[in-house]
Amino acid sequence: MGDWKTITVPMLSSDSKNILSYTSERKRSPTSMNSQVLHLSLPSYKNMHSFYSAFCTEENIEQRVSYIDRELTTLGFPSIYAESKGKELNLVSIINCINELLVLQHKNLRAQEEVEMQHMKLGSDMDHLQNCYAKLKEQLELSKREIVGLQERDRQLQSKNRNLHQLLKNEKDEVQKLQNIISSRATQYNHDMKRKEREYNKLKERLHQLVMNKKDKKIAMEILNCVGRADGKRGAWRTDKTEARNEEEMYKVLLSDYEQRQKQLLLENAELKKVLQQMKKDIISLLPPQKQKPKEKSEDGLVLSDQEEDIGELNKENMWELSCETVREQLTNSIRKQWRMLKNHVEKLDNQVSRGHSGALNEKDVISREDHELETEKLELEIQQCKEMIKTQQQLLQQQLTCDDDTSLFLQDCYLLEERERLQEEWRLFREQRKNFEKERKSFTEAAIRLGLERKAFEEDRGAWLKHQFLTMTADYKSENVTTPSSEPDIRFVKSASLQRKPPSVLSAPVSAELCQTSQYIAQNSVASEKPAADNMPNLWVESDDKEETE
Amino acid sequence: ASCVQHRLVVRDASSLQLLQLYTCLDQIQYIEWSSDSLFILCALYKRGIVQVWSLEQPAWHCRIDEGSAGLVASCWSPDGRHILNTTEFHLRITVWSLCTKSVSYIKYPKACQQGVVFTKDGRYVAVAERRDCKDCISIFVCSNWQLLRHFDTETQDLSGIEWAPNGCVLAAWDTCLEYKVLLYSLDGRLLSSFRAYEWPLGVKSIAWSPSSQFLAIGSFDEKVRILNHVTWKKITELDHPATIASKRTIVYKEVEKSPTVDRERLSFPPTRELASSLFSTQSKYDISQVPVSLQYVKPVADRPNPKVGVGMLAFSADNCFLATKNDNIPNALWIWDIRKLKLSVVLEQLCPIQSFQWDPCQPRLAVCTGTSRVYLWSPAGCVVVQVPGEGDFQIVSLSWHSSGDSMVLLSKDNFCVCYLEREEV
Repeated sequence: MGDWKTITVPMLSSDSKNILSYTSERKRSPTSMNSQVLHLSLPSYKNMHSFYSAFCTEENIEQRVSYIDRELTTLGFPSIYAESKGKELNLVSIINCINELLVLQHKNLRAQEEVEMQHMKLGSDMDHLQNCYAKLKEQLELSKREIVGLQERDRQLQSKNRNLHQLLKNEKDEVQKLQNIISSRATQYNHDMKRKEREYNKLKERLHQLVMNKKDKKIAMEILNCVGRADGKRGAWRTDKTEARNEEEMYKVLLSDYEQRQKQLLLENAELKKVLQQMKKDIISLLPPQKQKPKEKSEDGLVLSDQEEDIGELNKENMWELSCETVREQLTNSIRKQWRMLKNHVEKLDNQVSRGHSGALNEKDVISREDHELETEKLELEIQQCKEMIKTQQQLLQQQLTCDDDTSLFLQDCYLLEERERLQEEWRLFREQRKNFEKERKSFTEAAIRLGLERKAFEEDRGAWLKHQFLTMTADYKSENVTTPSSEPDIRFVKSASLQRKPPSVLSAPVSAELCQTSQYIAQNSVASEKPAADNMPNLWVESDDKEETE
Repeated sequence: ASCVQHRLVVRDASSLQLLQLYTCLDQIQYIEWSSDSLFILCALYKRGIVQVWSLEQPAWHCRIDEGSAGLVASCWSPDGRHILNTTEFHLRITVWSLCTKSVSYIKYPKACQQGVVFTKDGRYVAVAERRDCKDCISIFVCSNWQLLRHFDTETQDLSGIEWAPNGCVLAAWDTCLEYKVLLYSLDGRLLSSFRAYEWPLGVKSIAWSPSSQFLAIGSFDEKVRILNHVTWKKITELDHPATIASKRTIVYKEVEKSPTVDRERLSFPPTRELASSLFSTQSKYDISQVPVSLQYVKPVADRPNPKVGVGMLAFSADNCFLATKNDNIPNALWIWDIRKLKLSVVLEQLCPIQSFQWDPCQPRLAVCTGTSRVYLWSPAGCVVVQVPGEGDFQIVSLSWHSSGDSMVLLSKDNFCVCYLEREEV
């Protein structure tokens, strides 16, 4: 747009005013386009009108047309003049040019839109980035301040630490000094004590001499008669022999004491060795067989093979009789290795459990503890039961075996008697039951007969009642159909009985009176048999219902 | 046997019936039975005389006069026929023989707590001596008083020696300024030495277990250290703190029971029994809930021989229990289970404990605190036994009979015998 501006200005210098207004218009439109981004700021109809009139008027139309033609040709459009004929306008080409210009205009507008969109986006991005930048700057400031604070604290703490160290050193030095003081004082006291003791000893010696010298008659023992020794022996002179004997005795005493102690220790040792052996066996049995995975645990496998060899060796020899150090070491080392392996195994199991039930193999391998315990309990119960059974069976067998012939016969007799009695009891019961059953059957048959009779009676009643009903309901109809066959005295009798009873389905009083009359009339005449009555019944009943309804 | 002023009274142990009565020249300070219970020696320290009486022949008499040498201590030898007198200033120990009227002298004995100890079987005697400012120990054969061994000890100031019950090991400990316990074998070799710490006050009391397996050392730091006889190294330290927090220990606390008086039975003038029961307080044992804090007596800092530390130790006869008393907490008695090496029972009394002794046959402990009650403990429980009688009978010490059926309770002026019934099984 801008370029076009510059080109157009010098070209249309003649119509400067128009051009100016045109250019100003042109100028305005791009700026207006800049400010109002989205909508095409097409000038209003009025502006357009003025705009167009400003550019081209009646007087300069040819000029304008030629100008337009020149412009279009420079832009690459075909000329708007008709070929070879000057000043005659080719409408088609004009329209094409216009169309193309319009298209171009649209394209330009779109491009402008896009550019403006991008411009806006970039503007917002920029804003955003500026905000971020500002925030980051703030954060940086804060963290810098924090660092400074922390460094300050760190410095303080270090200085405190140094002070405390210093104090500690001082205290330690003091303690050392005090200890030195104490030791020096102690030596001083010892020295003084020794001096005093020597003096004291001298005094004692002096006193002793005095006492001995005096030869007091008083220092004597007055005894009535000598007492025999407690053990009856006579006193012995002090000779070398006695000295030797004393030594001997003393050594004997000591030796016996040592021997006793050694015996105790040997026993303890033996016990402990047994316990260790047992423990080793248990540990070996607890460990899972590792022969299947030789590749994974090459080292452990080697160790295992060594262990097995060792185990074989050690088990062959009588461990508890050997007590030399190498054997002892071997035993303890082997136990330690086994224990370590067991520990590793247990740790592996723990890991498996903690990792969860991953993989089917793990699930199969790991039996839950509760199941295991349940199974062991069940097995124990079974074992107990079996043991008890065996015991009882053994007892029975013994009884059978150990009892004599007489007793066995006797026993058999007893058994037979028992059985016979039992059978008699059962016979009695059986007979009683049979009697009961007979009674019941009789009563049932009687009841059935009664029931049958009752039913018959009931049926007859029912039949009579129905008939009566039928007759009463169809009294009107019966007046027409008089010639109905078969008059059964029974039925009549029943009817009269029913009439007397007056079934409740009779409606209102006057109606009933009418019905009675009619029924009497009917009773005198022959009555329809049951069958046709029955056949007609439903229809009649329906009709009677209708009748009832209407009445 | 008991002595009253200058008279010796001998009674029968089961019936307290008067059997013999002897008169000595002066006030008797010390009496001792001979090992075969045939003779009694009465030592009159002031006069320097020892008189011996025979039970079988009341007419027989013997008098040993030390003269100007003076007499400080006197005891029988295990064979019952020799008397060892320690002269004044510990100048010498004279061994008087009743059989041969002969005399032997042991020079330079040491003036210490326990200087002369006999083995349990009575064969040997160890005497602590001090020559040229050095401690040494001499071992004599009791049968002929010949010197067996003589060796130096590495102690500053030997404070005591004690034989192990098996007679093969001798424990010697130093003064309380130095913590040092030395163990010597019968032939004088040093087996081991034990030192727990250097500067604070050291060993206060020592006891061997009856099987000679353990040596319990009570020290001034309120702890008991137990050594084992195989390595002579410490197996455990038993502490005596003022608060007991462990849930496994039972604390029996003596509680005063207010005496119940039957209103109806009051009569005027009040009978003697009633008066005594009113005035003497009854007490019983209650079990206190753990944690319990015991009465703690702070020791005076600058006095010698402070009342701190474990002052009394005793093993029970079956080697299962150890009873200790911490002098800081004088009202409490601590009973430890040796098999578990744990504190099992604490008895808290109302008054400071004067003495206690185990029954020689069963794990039964009798304690007296200076009141007129004796306290008995056994693993089954504990009981307070009131000494019936008028007035106050303040038990100061007690002593079991060797059969464990009775014990003698001593107060200042009187004594009584307490008979224990055997359970009918």
